[in-house]
Amino acid sequence: MSRVQNVIVGTARSALSWVPAQWLPGGTPDPLIGRHGEIGRQASRIDGEIKVRGEARFAAEVAMDGLCYATLVHSTIARGRIARLDSTAAETAPGVLLVVTHRNMPKVASPSLVSMSDPTAVGNSDLPILQDDRVHYNGQVVAAVVAATQEQADHAATLIAIDYEAAQAETRFGQAKSGARIIPSLLIERNHLSFGKAERELARAPHRVDNLYRTQWQNHNAIELHALTAAWVGDRLTVHDTTQMIAGEAAALAKAFGIPRDQVQVLSPFVGGGFGGKGMWDHQIVAVAAARMVGRPLRLQLSRESVYRIVGGRSATEQRVAIGADADGCFTALLHDGWSVMPPYGACPEAYTLGTRSAYRAKSFEILQRHIDIAVVPNTFMRAPGEAIGTFALESAVDELAHNLAMDPVELRLRNMPDKHPITGAPFSQHAQDQAWRDGAARFGWEQRAAKPGTRREGEWRIGMGCGGGSFPYVRMPGAAVRLTVRRDGTATLACSGQEMGMGTATVVVQQVADRLGLPLSAVTVEIGDSALPAAPMAGGSSQTVSIAAAVLAAAEKLPAELLRLAGNSSPLSGLRAGEVRMEGEGLASASEPARRETFRAILSRANLEEVSVTASGTPPLEMLKFAMHSTAAMFCELRVSDVTGEIRVDRLLGSFDCGTILNPRTAASQFRGGMIMGLGLALTEETLLDERSGRIMNPTLADYHVPVHMDVPQIDVIWTDIPDPRSPLGARGIGEIGITGIAGAVANAVFNATGKRVRDLPITLDKLL
Amino acid sequence: MQLTINGTAHEITGDPRTSLLDFLRHDCGLTGTKKGCDHGQCGACTVLVNGQRVNSCLTLAIMQDGHEVTTIEGIGTPDAMDPLQAAFVKHDGYQCGYCTPGQICSAKGMLAEAANGWASFVSEDLDGKVELSAEEIRERMSGNLCRCGAYSNIVDAITEAMSTQTAGAE
Repeated sequence: MSRVQNVIVGTARSALSWVPAQWLPGGTPDPLIGRHGEIGRQASRIDGEIKVRGEARFAAEVAMDGLCYATLVHSTIARGRIARLDSTAAETAPGVLLVVTHRNMPKVASPSLVSMSDPTAVGNSDLPILQDDRVHYNGQVVAAVVAATQEQADHAATLIAIDYEAAQAETRFGQAKSGARIIPSLLIERNHLSFGKAERELARAPHRVDNLYRTQWQNHNAIELHALTAAWVGDRLTVHDTTQMIAGEAAALAKAFGIPRDQVQVLSPFVGGGFGGKGMWDHQIVAVAAARMVGRPLRLQLSRESVYRIVGGRSATEQRVAIGADADGCFTALLHDGWSVMPPYGACPEAYTLGTRSAYRAKSFEILQRHIDIAVVPNTFMRAPGEAIGTFALESAVDELAHNLAMDPVELRLRNMPDKHPITGAPFSQHAQDQAWRDGAARFGWEQRAAKPGTRREGEWRIGMGCGGGSFPYVRMPGAAVRLTVRRDGTATLACSGQEMGMGTATVVVQQVADRLGLPLSAVTVEIGDSALPAAPMAGGSSQTVSIAAAVLAAAEKLPAELLRLAGNSSPLSGLRAGEVRMEGEGLASASEPARRETFRAILSRANLEEVSVTASGTPPLEMLKFAMHSTAAMFCELRVSDVTGEIRVDRLLGSFDCGTILNPRTAASQFRGGMIMGLGLALTEETLLDERSGRIMNPTLADYHVPVHMDVPQIDVIWTDIPDPRSPLGARGIGEIGITGIAGAVANAVFNATGKRVRDLPITLDKLL
Repeated sequence: MQLTINGTAHEITGDPRTSLLDFLRHDCGLTGTKKGCDHGQCGACTVLVNGQRVNSCLTLAIMQDGHEVTTIEGIGTPDAMDPLQAAFVKHDGYQCGYCTPGQICSAKGMLAEAANGWASFVSEDLDGKVELSAEEIRERMSGNLCRCGAYSNIVDAITEAMSTQTAGAE
């Protein structure tokens, strides 16, 4: 996130803009695009049966002999030092094996903060972990108790007595704003963008809106608690963790504990929900250190309260969005700036302005984010970081402008659709958000919306409709590697350290390997979730599927040469080169004379080999720099607001998506719906309450932090354009995060349409409507 | 002290503070029952005790003397999934799969409650026969959280399993 990075990315982009697309690695469209195969079919999840039978094994479920259990103790002040720590009672309590504090914790360097340039830098905080008596935020780990049973550890943890010497700490968002800092870049984008004279254009625009929007702290709340089971044998470490970054965590643990990378194995075959929260935090370091200290395998499963205390969530924000428009509704100025939290020991810039840069055409732009420092657990990436809440502000503002112009909000958006990146001028790889809007409006029955707010009513209920645009950038991570193995029995296996958190990654990998190799689905298996396998990138940024797909493509390009070498002179394929054959019909066939063919079985039998393997990595993701690549969406909401209580009931949602090829309609629809439901939580119920006096989270439970439940979920319709993106592997863009974007705007706009009240402060709880 | 889990007798000999949930997961190795909050707020630990659904984190193992507990491992057989399990697979009633055993056990208990005429908050009639509309299912399943947001598919799965069971009974 430096100025140097801005220069490098900027230079690469401008150089690439002159390079013809077909010269780039992967520059010609993926040959699988448009071919009818397993991709695009509704395969059931490959892990469905074991999940419904309760046989999927999660991190806290690995049995080990001599296992002991740990519990964490958290600070109760925001900043200061530990003046007295008495652990005598805990140490002598029944079953207790060890109390870890800053006094006996081994020297361990904190993992390097997450970085775009180093895939092994996966830390969410670089504060010392039990290395000294300092406290930096309320809830920080100050001790851990290890005992023979969980009950004994939990009880002993309550016996530790700590006196603190509290220091002055800034814990108020509003007051910390004056000390805000401006960092040069947000992920790979420049932070400050100034294009034309936006303030001047805004001032002279005949129509304008200019308002502040606020969003609150949120937590991921995956239902599976953070947990790991760690075991040392000599200097070899095995960790069963629940993590979105298997390879990165293995590298970080090796570095922290001073052992070679190949002596650490991280296993995470199933992750019980992540949403950005299942990364590297202090608890993994504490548990691995404690396991080494007691010389026994150790399990640390955080309590729900501990998850809130030491795993950061989404930062609160205050955002200004201003739009100026001419008499026809064409935007002349688009301004988006604001504040969010990023403590100096954290690494997540909540990039709420990123989506605004490519959402609409405008004559001028002014975009800037400021970061404030308060004493809190470092915030991190949470499903559609940036866009989830940035689209709330932007799409509310567009709705407000439409109202001022007395124009239909869908029409206003269509009028300002960009045909290339509105600021950089880069061509879109594929962009049909206008079609998503039209298809969505038609399917939803948008024409039934009353143009005048507050005019539809059924008894005590006021009815309203609203819409909002969603977007999320395409990301393909560099460095994904896979191993592709074909066996004599006609089966194939794809292996990489990828993560399956329920996105359907494993299922879609099987589908594409079947298509690439010309095998039936039943002949393909996948191995993931193990750092001993070729390294896949982390599951984040909606990037995993295309990152792995590019590596699968590379492996599938390497495999024919290996097979031809093995086929030898007596094969019908003899004399053919790798470029002259295709993989189809469970083997290789000549591209020009399809009758010349041989199956994998026959080739391997003759060569007397059980299997052949190739390992390959995906090409560098240069398409991201040459093209503007975004998944986009149009969201529609119909809801009721009670005149008596202010209660909001959402009756219908529709998401209309433009995300390239949809690889598996069944699992994709589930992901879209899941994102939209989390969007309902963002819009209506979810809020991590920080006591501004003490910096302490006041509602660290699922009873007090309200995630959507069955009863909150309306009828949800999802549709998509299914137009392949010619610049991405399989023609696909990410779908994991787009679902949550645009929803909060659509809900807020529907509330306005129902009641005439504009709520610019999430969540829209009933008190804001009375 | 003894309880029966999925038809097998188990002795309770450990720490009296052990919840039924931890007893199942640690002492019996039945890890299909999940821990999501340990406070009765998420429903991931739902099991059936004497046929009724219970948050197993909210009761101690020693309070189950003589009781019959059914966990996800006791639903369906190795050869044939229960209709609810099959319907969850068909309708993609999960994503990460962590809340799934609790959803299925809860649905099993909920269907029995409805069959016995138990009314819910959204029932029109407190005494009549319960018709499980989608709204009724949503209300009755609201104690089982799913953060991946598979709710719509879960309701579809339960609806289908219910109709196969009804068809079977008739």
